[in-house]
Amino acid sequence: MQKLIMTRKKSDLFSIQTPAHLHPRHLIDILQEVQAGEGYLSSEAMLKVAKQLGMPSAAVWGVATFYNQFRFIPPGKKQVRVCLGTACHLAGGQLVLEATARELKIEVGQTSEDWEFSLERIACIGCCALAPVVTVDKNIYPKMTPSKVEQVLVEIKTTPAQNGVDCTGPA
Amino acid sequence: MTYGKLRGRAREKWEAQYSGKLINILVGTATCGRAAGSMAVLEAIRRGIEGLEGKVGVSEVGCMGLCSQEPLVVIVKPGDFSVCYHHVTPQMVPQLIDGYVRGDDPCLELALGTVMGGGDEAVSIPELDLFSKQSRILLRNCGYNSPLDIDHYIACGGYAGLARALTMKPAQIINELKGSGLRGRGGAGYPAADKWAVCRQAGGSIKYVICNADEGDPGAFMDRVLLESDPHAILEGMVIAGYAIGAKQAYIYMREEYPLAIERLGIALKQAGEKGLLGRHVLGADFSFKIEIVKGAGAFVSGEETATIAAIEGRRSWPEHRPPYPAQVGLWGKPTLINNVKTLAYVPVILQKGEHWFRGTGTAGSSGTALFALAGKLENTGLAEVPMGTSLRTLVYDIGGGTKQGRQFKAVQIGGPSGGCLPASLLDTPIDFDSLKEAGAIMGSGGVIVMDEDNCMVDTARYFIDFSRQESCGKCTQCRIGTCQMLLMLDEIAKGNGSLATLEALKALAEDIKAGSLCGMGRMAPNPVLTTLQYFRDEYVAHVLEQRCPARVCKDLIAYYILPEKCERGCDHCMLACPVKAIFSDEKGLKVVDQEKCTKCGSCELICPAEYNAVVRLSPVSLVPGDRRTKPQTPSKEP
Repeated sequence: MQKLIMTRKKSDLFSIQTPAHLHPRHLIDILQEVQAGEGYLSSEAMLKVAKQLGMPSAAVWGVATFYNQFRFIPPGKKQVRVCLGTACHLAGGQLVLEATARELKIEVGQTSEDWEFSLERIACIGCCALAPVVTVDKNIYPKMTPSKVEQVLVEIKTTPAQNGVDCTGPA
Repeated sequence: MTYGKLRGRAREKWEAQYSGKLINILVGTATCGRAAGSMAVLEAIRRGIEGLEGKVGVSEVGCMGLCSQEPLVVIVKPGDFSVCYHHVTPQMVPQLIDGYVRGDDPCLELALGTVMGGGDEAVSIPELDLFSKQSRILLRNCGYNSPLDIDHYIACGGYAGLARALTMKPAQIINELKGSGLRGRGGAGYPAADKWAVCRQAGGSIKYVICNADEGDPGAFMDRVLLESDPHAILEGMVIAGYAIGAKQAYIYMREEYPLAIERLGIALKQAGEKGLLGRHVLGADFSFKIEIVKGAGAFVSGEETATIAAIEGRRSWPEHRPPYPAQVGLWGKPTLINNVKTLAYVPVILQKGEHWFRGTGTAGSSGTALFALAGKLENTGLAEVPMGTSLRTLVYDIGGGTKQGRQFKAVQIGGPSGGCLPASLLDTPIDFDSLKEAGAIMGSGGVIVMDEDNCMVDTARYFIDFSRQESCGKCTQCRIGTCQMLLMLDEIAKGNGSLATLEALKALAEDIKAGSLCGMGRMAPNPVLTTLQYFRDEYVAHVLEQRCPARVCKDLIAYYILPEKCERGCDHCMLACPVKAIFSDEKGLKVVDQEKCTKCGSCELICPAEYNAVVRLSPVSLVPGDRRTKPQTPSKEP
């Protein structure tokens, strides 16, 4: 994988933590902060967390890989999430997911080559009455169909990213 | 400050807003409203009322429970009736403002109905079956009060339960709760008072309260609505719980996927602190209490109480053996009371109105109400709160409005991945903890998904097992490997492979997983398979013996086919919509789907104009006429 340039220096991450915060009980919280800052959990960042907390790195990996929220590859500038909760599934969410994957030319869990988009499936965002839904960053697109996917993607390709993840493209 | 003073000030503020000449515009901005575009509507309203400052107030409110009608806007006009408008768009806003805010035309053609007043001219929303068959205890404030203003909650009787509780002895509070018959709403229905009593009696000076707001069940969103629309009810319940068991610290374990709920709960916590309802000396009493929000990182199993504790402690969310129960040995080894959002939200109103009042609703074994999230193939999707003992039929037909477009009802799925699918013959089952369990489903968290003739039960079972497989924490072999194996078997059945013996093996495996798993998630994971096998066996049999999917859903058993007699040859919609260019024209210009290229995405069926409706799904695949299956090779031209 190509090396990424992080606009935010990794050393900054831990200066914002108070010493009391640096306790293994806050591990999930810290990992969430790292991910919020860097967009994903890099091996370097996780090693650093392990060291700071005085934990074996395997224990940090164990926790990080257990939860669905954590990502280990850099996300695209815009995160496309297709909901596959029960209501969305029954309303054809799988077809919407397949159409999105086809349009973006990536699979679930991947980031597009130009670092513009990443695609995820989520279990439920609680908008079941509007199923099936797709979210792009903080925007929610209700009652999707495979043919509406193309429209939405055209729309978001022309709007700037909003998620505030500041990792730039490949060097 | 005493409660009396707080209440007095809140009432003054409330009356200044609602009893004067001020026109109030309420906009529902919970997640479901936002998804339908309510933020743009709110902005348009704010722009539209420029120049009317001091005459018009705009408030953001939570969700009324009518998700399918969002965005909803209510205009409350003093001396006139209050009108609720549905499917509001920013383009409609000027008409509403000119019509009913500046003028006197209530624009009833855009309205869903009136909330108050209106007489014969308009539909009265509270009198609709949809509302009159409900009994709103938890939802009493949702959609009316601003979740962003604690004074709204206090003015409507909020924190009165806490004020009363603080004058009582903890044992009296627990007795009152016992008298109310409140059962935990997290799924299992364990009597809440018993849990509280065990935790109170447990030794030690440090105890914790945890509110389980990790609503992981896909298809359920009741907790989200409560947290977004009436967060103070939950906080008040937690403070009362803390006082009753002797805890000083509480945690709310929240899903990270609910950012708006986290935000609104944060605002609520801050406001409660400022009013002295949290922190040191709650309402002047000798009792201090702190609440913190913990954001979960996403794991279905985290909803299991011992797993919640592990997650808050920063570990992998693995369930532990019980006993000892968390009420005795819980968070960091201390006695911990874990209750669901809804359980805690009932507590203030029980304390305020008394145990007998609460017992007045519901059945002998299950008192109070049941809050459901209605989703799936229903006309009125959204939230519904009904008295326990109401039949499923009332829930689906009277409140839910029946299936969409009059399609044939097939099943109702209750309880999410741990619940079961009940057929039409069981629609008269009363909704209470025990009756549902007997039927093979569970009350669970309260997700209700209605399925119609277009939903395949094998596919539904497969969907839930796939979910449980992904979310299995991996601790118990039966759950970890058993769910994978069940998925493989269901995959084969969905492809038309397998035999009747596969169905028997599937059932035996499901029973083994039930017996061999530690936590509720594993023990109940096979429920969707067991109930569909029990009530919809004929569908499974059609898959394995006839290679036919009766609902025409399972991809390997269906084919998209364009009816030549209906196809309008000049219309190229399907050809253009097909992402894999699998549609071609025959010599007469009629469209044909090339079955070898078709990925069965369904785009052609969706795009085919309704007046032709030429694209159909056939199952089994052999129904497609032999001469319309693949594109004939173009004959090579004579040299």
